[in-house]
Amino acid sequence: MKYKLIADIAKSLLLARWKQTLVAAVGVTFSITMFITLLSFMSGLNDMLDGLILNRTPHIRLYKDIKPNAQQPIALANKKDTTYNFIHSVKPKRERVELFNSASIMRALQQDTRVLGVAPKIATQIFYNVGAMNITGVINGIDIDAESRLFYFKDYVVAGNYMDLKNVPNSIILGKGVADKLMLNLGDMIQVTTTKGEQVPLKVVGYFQSGLLDIDKAQSYCSIATTQKLLGEPNNYITDLQIKLKDVALAPPLAKEMQAKFGVDAIDVQTANAQFETGSSIRSLISYAVGITLLIVAGFGIYNILNMMIYEKMDSIAILKATGFSGSDVHAIFISIALSIGIVGGAGGLLFGLGLSSIIDQIPFNTSSLPTIKTYPIIYNPTFYIIASIFSIVTTYFAGFFPSRKASKIDPVIIIRGK
Amino acid sequence: MSAIVLEAKHINKSFHDPITIPVLKDISFQLRESEFVSIIGKSGCGKSTLLYILSTMDTDFEGELLINNQSVVGETDAALALIRNQHIGFVFQFHYLLNEFSVLKNVMLPGLKLGQYSAAEVEHRAYEKLRILGIEKEALKKPNQLSGGQKQRVAIARALINDPLLIMGDEPTGNLDKKNSAIVFDIFKELAASYKQTLLIVTHDNEFAANTQRIIEMEDGKIIN
Repeated sequence: MKYKLIADIAKSLLLARWKQTLVAAVGVTFSITMFITLLSFMSGLNDMLDGLILNRTPHIRLYKDIKPNAQQPIALANKKDTTYNFIHSVKPKRERVELFNSASIMRALQQDTRVLGVAPKIATQIFYNVGAMNITGVINGIDIDAESRLFYFKDYVVAGNYMDLKNVPNSIILGKGVADKLMLNLGDMIQVTTTKGEQVPLKVVGYFQSGLLDIDKAQSYCSIATTQKLLGEPNNYITDLQIKLKDVALAPPLAKEMQAKFGVDAIDVQTANAQFETGSSIRSLISYAVGITLLIVAGFGIYNILNMMIYEKMDSIAILKATGFSGSDVHAIFISIALSIGIVGGAGGLLFGLGLSSIIDQIPFNTSSLPTIKTYPIIYNPTFYIIASIFSIVTTYFAGFFPSRKASKIDPVIIIRGK
Repeated sequence: MSAIVLEAKHINKSFHDPITIPVLKDISFQLRESEFVSIIGKSGCGKSTLLYILSTMDTDFEGELLINNQSVVGETDAALALIRNQHIGFVFQFHYLLNEFSVLKNVMLPGLKLGQYSAAEVEHRAYEKLRILGIEKEALKKPNQLSGGQKQRVAIARALINDPLLIMGDEPTGNLDKKNSAIVFDIFKELAASYKQTLLIVTHDNEFAANTQRIIEMEDGKIIN
């Protein structure tokens, strides 16, 4: 009953100055719209840039590092606690770079519920032969199905069919940079020389473009079987296991666990690509800061309008108090005015924000380095909308708080006597 | 002997800015039910100040004030607001109607605030009060469409809506011409006579005062008669 009365009075005061009210609400709408659009666009951009590297990066990579053995023979010979052995110029011994027991490691990983999938890989140095010149490059032997499923391989194949890599024997998907340099077309044959000196002809079935020029200029892809043949290795030869997890945040502890469990080297994505995390968080920070600034400016608008309203309605406030409305009733009336401006303006802002971001989502955005992106990237994240609505209510509440307190403290005697 | 509606005991008040000036000195009096009392005195003698203290709007005084045999000294803002709402009706020199609301709604507001009756009942009662004052035809108009005398009558209707123990007026006819003053005075008289309404009116119109049942005359912050 009482709330209804207060809401009723607030509504009448609002409608009495509806133009000013509208301007205040539009201010909130505008800032919420910009807040949402900015955040959606910024995080879209963040995701796109992160995806550029991180989509292609395993959460954990298992490999065998070439390094000197931590257990040197002298340590076995001289086990006394009182001695300490200094060895200078320790070198790694000749070791194979393949992962031992890769098949059983893969089986164990596939049964692990935290693991989304595993893709085996062989990375090897080769030379591309062009006339008399040899260009250095890297061939990645991949499991096409797993690579496509986990690392979006097919999104980056810009010409040809990625499945041909599996179906056509001795085939290769060239990096776009390599193909341009060697002037090779689909269906052409390319000669590559392995590190062991063997020369092998491969058929070009596609181009690959990651968006990172340095990678595209050097890397090419073959199937695992082709690569093993190229290297003259048996079909259990695998140099890397790329693991994708269900929760990327678990990567650092899991990498340690796997390192200990399988006796291989493991590196997690956070350690390998720390700079991306930093970039993303700073970009988000900037967009939040801009959005909040906009809201605070809108808050000042509401503050001004309420202050003016209170000066204009001094008499009305005085008579309300004289006829039995307490200070807290008057406070509630003006707070409800501020909050309704905030809620109406904020709701409008959410709608316009959604609209504006979906318009941006339609604007074509073509860049040669990002073959999968066709329009400006936008993320529709409910969290942004929740934050925006909370913020619009909180700012308008505070903008209304001080004028309302002033109104509640108006002494009716002074006003009534002043006439 | 009828009940005491309002009792002031040794009320003193001073203004402290810029120097301490006593405005009210040891004011004591009683107001009984259905009395029609006027307070007269020259400008600056403290009669309005006294009225605002009696109305509980001004709490900065020394002494004791009982309304309906309850002391109001030291009560909270909300409690005093309730006392004003329930027991005191106001008529000021200026009408102080809210232009955002219709005449009817203006009259209803204190009633809705009290919440003793349902909204429909308050509306019915508001119509009744407007009819007593002869302005029920204007009920749905906005206050700024009414004449000065009509506005003042609406203000009286608003003061009556919660059937207060006491109606206080601060120069209620001060802004009105002779004809309208007479109308407003007749209304007060009618209220006192037919409805046994207690009235306490501050005025400097001696003619007005002469027609009331009892006159309290003030001079230099004291009651002299």
